Amino acid sequence: MPRRRRATDRTIGWLQAQLPKLVLSPSLAIVLLFVYGFILWTIVLSFSRSRILPVYTFAGFDAYERLWSLPNWYVALQNLAIFGVLYIGLCTLIGLALAILLDQRIRIEGLLRPIYLYPMALSFVVTGTAWKWFLNPGLGLEKTVRAWGWSDFTFDWLVNPDMAIYTIVIAAIWQSSGFVMAMFLAGLRGIDNELIRAAQIDGASPFKLYWRIIIPQLRPAFLSAVIILAHMAVKSYDLVIALTGGGPGNATELPATFMYSYTFTRNQMAVGGASAVIMLMTIAAIIVPYLYAELRADDRAR
Amino acid sequence: MPASVRTPAEAAGTARFWRTVIYVTLIVFAVMYLLPLFVMVVTSFKSLDEVRDGNMLSPPIRFTVEPWRAAWGTACVGVSCEGIAGFFWNSIKMVVPAVAISTLMGAFNGYVLTKWRFPGHRWIFALMLFGCFIPFQVVLVPTAQVLGMLGIANSTAGLVLVHVAYGLGFTTLFFRNYYEAFPNELTRAAMIDGAGFFQIFWRILLPSSGPIIVVTVIFQFTNIWNDFLFGASFAAGNSAPMTVALNNLVNSSTGVKEYNVHMAAAMIAALPTLLVYVIAGRFFVRGLMAGAVKG
Amino acid sequence: MRKMVLTAVGALLTTLTAAGGLRAAPEVEVLHWWTSGGEAAALNILKKDLESKGITWKDMPIAGGGGTQAMTVLRARVSSGNPPVAVQMLGFDILDWAEQGAVSDLNELAAAGGWDKVIPAPLQKFSRFGDKWIAAPVNAHSTNWIWGNKAVFDKVGISQPTTWDELIASLDKIKAAGIIPLAHGGQPWQDATLFDSVVLTTGGGDFYKKALIDLDAGALGSDTMKTVFDRMAKLRSYVDPNFPGRDWNLASAMVIKGEAGMQIMGDWAKGEFVAAGKKPGTDVLCFRFPGTQGNVTFNTDQFVMFKVGADRRPAQLELAKAIMSPAFQASFSVIKGSVPARSDVPDTGFDDCGKKAMKDLKEAAANNRLMGSLAHRHAAPASVMNAMYDVITNHFNGGIKSSDDAVKRLVAAVKAAR
Repeated sequence: MPRRRRATDRTIGWLQAQLPKLVLSPSLAIVLLFVYGFILWTIVLSFSRSRILPVYTFAGFDAYERLWSLPNWYVALQNLAIFGVLYIGLCTLIGLALAILLDQRIRIEGLLRPIYLYPMALSFVVTGTAWKWFLNPGLGLEKTVRAWGWSDFTFDWLVNPDMAIYTIVIAAIWQSSGFVMAMFLAGLRGIDNELIRAAQIDGASPFKLYWRIIIPQLRPAFLSAVIILAHMAVKSYDLVIALTGGGPGNATELPATFMYSYTFTRNQMAVGGASAVIMLMTIAAIIVPYLYAELRADDRAR
Repeated sequence: MPASVRTPAEAAGTARFWRTVIYVTLIVFAVMYLLPLFVMVVTSFKSLDEVRDGNMLSPPIRFTVEPWRAAWGTACVGVSCEGIAGFFWNSIKMVVPAVAISTLMGAFNGYVLTKWRFPGHRWIFALMLFGCFIPFQVVLVPTAQVLGMLGIANSTAGLVLVHVAYGLGFTTLFFRNYYEAFPNELTRAAMIDGAGFFQIFWRILLPSSGPIIVVTVIFQFTNIWNDFLFGASFAAGNSAPMTVALNNLVNSSTGVKEYNVHMAAAMIAALPTLLVYVIAGRFFVRGLMAGAVKG
Repeated sequence: MRKMVLTAVGALLTTLTAAGGLRAAPEVEVLHWWTSGGEAAALNILKKDLESKGITWKDMPIAGGGGTQAMTVLRARVSSGNPPVAVQMLGFDILDWAEQGAVSDLNELAAAGGWDKVIPAPLQKFSRFGDKWIAAPVNAHSTNWIWGNKAVFDKVGISQPTTWDELIASLDKIKAAGIIPLAHGGQPWQDATLFDSVVLTTGGGDFYKKALIDLDAGALGSDTMKTVFDRMAKLRSYVDPNFPGRDWNLASAMVIKGEAGMQIMGDWAKGEFVAAGKKPGTDVLCFRFPGTQGNVTFNTDQFVMFKVGADRRPAQLELAKAIMSPAFQASFSVIKGSVPARSDVPDTGFDDCGKKAMKDLKEAAANNRLMGSLAHRHAAPASVMNAMYDVITNHFNGGIKSSDDAVKRLVAAVKAAR
């Protein structure tokens, strides 16, 4: 009897010890399948002859050769660089600036916060139409400002192949900067007041205060912001389609629209898969080092 | 007088100047953010002729609520012309479980990754984080295959599963960062007192997690409510979520485009999300403050 | 653990619904993107017809991109092993899906209904895979039309042009009167719709066939094609600067309001004019693109029947039969502005432009001049068509400066996409 009880106790003890891992494992299993399993599948697809549906015949680097021979792909990559840098950079800047301003004990803060936040709630299916009108020279801003008297005012970025990508940046910033602002605002509110008071006693100017003390404390906020913004930059399909449809011509092609077009519209699934693999590799190349640095710093700070 | 010393009156004057600048800046930004909404609202209360002929920024000459009534109950989203009303319930049926499950799982994950550390916990966290970046169209076909194999491809359960799967990265991120800032002394004390794994969670961590739960819920609710691709692929016809109905209303390839009805429909569709924002808005900032962001 | 529970619940629910389904009326799930009011009314005719036969219509509408989103959703459904019973599809997509072996055989029904005799051969090309009938064609739109505002024409003093030079002269006259000559929406498919007609008028029907359907590299790289691009650039000079991204129906609105003189668009545009109260023939003129009379570039809507279980097959066949009924085809086409796929449908109930369309189609079919439209997925497979779109739209938007370049890029693009 004592031996059996000890064994059962040990089993229960072992289970208790494994409980954290057990609790974590469903999530891990789901992520392993739905994220990494499917990434693997996409890689396999990019080496196949798939056109309208997956077909698992090996085709070597055929899809990649085709991919790199397409002028559209280079446009898409270039646009991603422009869009990504501007979007993430400006959104972070504007979000931070708005958060800092809002943190100055503003009386109408409760009103302003939802105003900055609401764009994220609206699906781009229709806000895209509103933006399209707004930016269209014949219907929107240009027409209105001219009607008000400034007859030389031009704002035809939307229909200009060289400038159209920047209209997408504008609309994207409008959509997400409110959320970034909220993240930074919260971060600001969480900073230890002692630190700030100490610096103020030492006679630091407001600028130095922010630059040397407060902004560095917001490092974790920057991490979250960059991750959220990067994920939105990658998934920017709806926004582009609603605003410019990829046009004028192919001027606002992005990897997300490229991948969708080649996989589902042009019935060239292997090429679409190849573009997805390149896209994911690019993301990994940027995010992984950043994560590594942040998480390492985290540990060192403890 | 040294430059850094000023009279109280001068100091107050400068302060008032800067405060005015701050207020003006904030209000200018607010107006810029509101402009597209203004266009949408104003358009949704005009008749179609006015939309066609008039200026998009001008208020309606003849105010009408017809577009709203049409969007709710009579607009065509396919063979059935009953507006988008019926699809709301489908969306809610799907969003509530998805948000609840992904939030709960994210909470547990955050708890384990911070209070029950094991070697490699950072790698696991990083692994889960990468799931945030997968565009849905890349994984549409294999997801369909897997759901088909499980037999839940055309059901709410299937939709809930996929939304949970792709939301885990975010919920884990939020909760992990939040619990990281939570003092370890409390949990360690509880462990010494003999509390078990779940007891510590329910009794100590969860009660103080209100703010971060709200943050996660808002983020997940927005993303899942506004999702189109999975909703269209895994729930067809009458059980389709509201985004599919909205899309059918707005993106008809032929036929007269009733922009006023479209705008009304879009705003109706956004109401639940906006409601969640406004109500929880107060907690929102308090929640993030407590640590989604702190790390 | 949670996943196991979910799976169990899911499986239980599926079994319950399946069990319930066996007792319910047979139903057909139809995937389509006809979501506007007029189209819904037209489909309702079909729905009621089926209901009178005891079959339930399960609607699966997915709008967006003229079928793009629907095709994406279709892939998900097929991958999950549960395809819809019938799917609206365009042109070469049908053949691509048939190649995958995902579609079912309608030969018996076709033989019984004598489909072979009433569907023109060029349309049949997309309804059959090998010797198997796989789809039921509903209608045929044609794309080489010009829609003109009669009031503008009268004011400026022009009549319907019949040659390219007359067209240019007319456009110049409209421009001189301060009205936008050509209303155009800058989306790749609209640019390509212009391309269809310009190729037809520049090289004739034979050249069109050789270059755009047979994809002959010589024809694609020829001087005639250079002229085509020159002419496209010329047309570009007649559109207003705000054309990029404009939806086609907004371009129609410009013609309706008299802000523009004409629009080059397929006959689904008629619906816009009719909805705005303009009578075809009296307020709005419909004529073939100058130089293309006698030719018809078409696109057809067809319902492809996917492979489904034996329990849904009878309903599927009923649906196909209903789609092919002359009465449905007539009422549908009247609403949609198209021509019925069946050639034995009388033209009662069609307006002037509709009657002209039917007459032109019959004539073209008889003379072997009924050809698939490149811009609308009926001349070349999706990959090739889109590759050509890229060059056409790039050139139209000024990205490619010379016609020589454009032609070279066209040949290269087609080669790379095959």
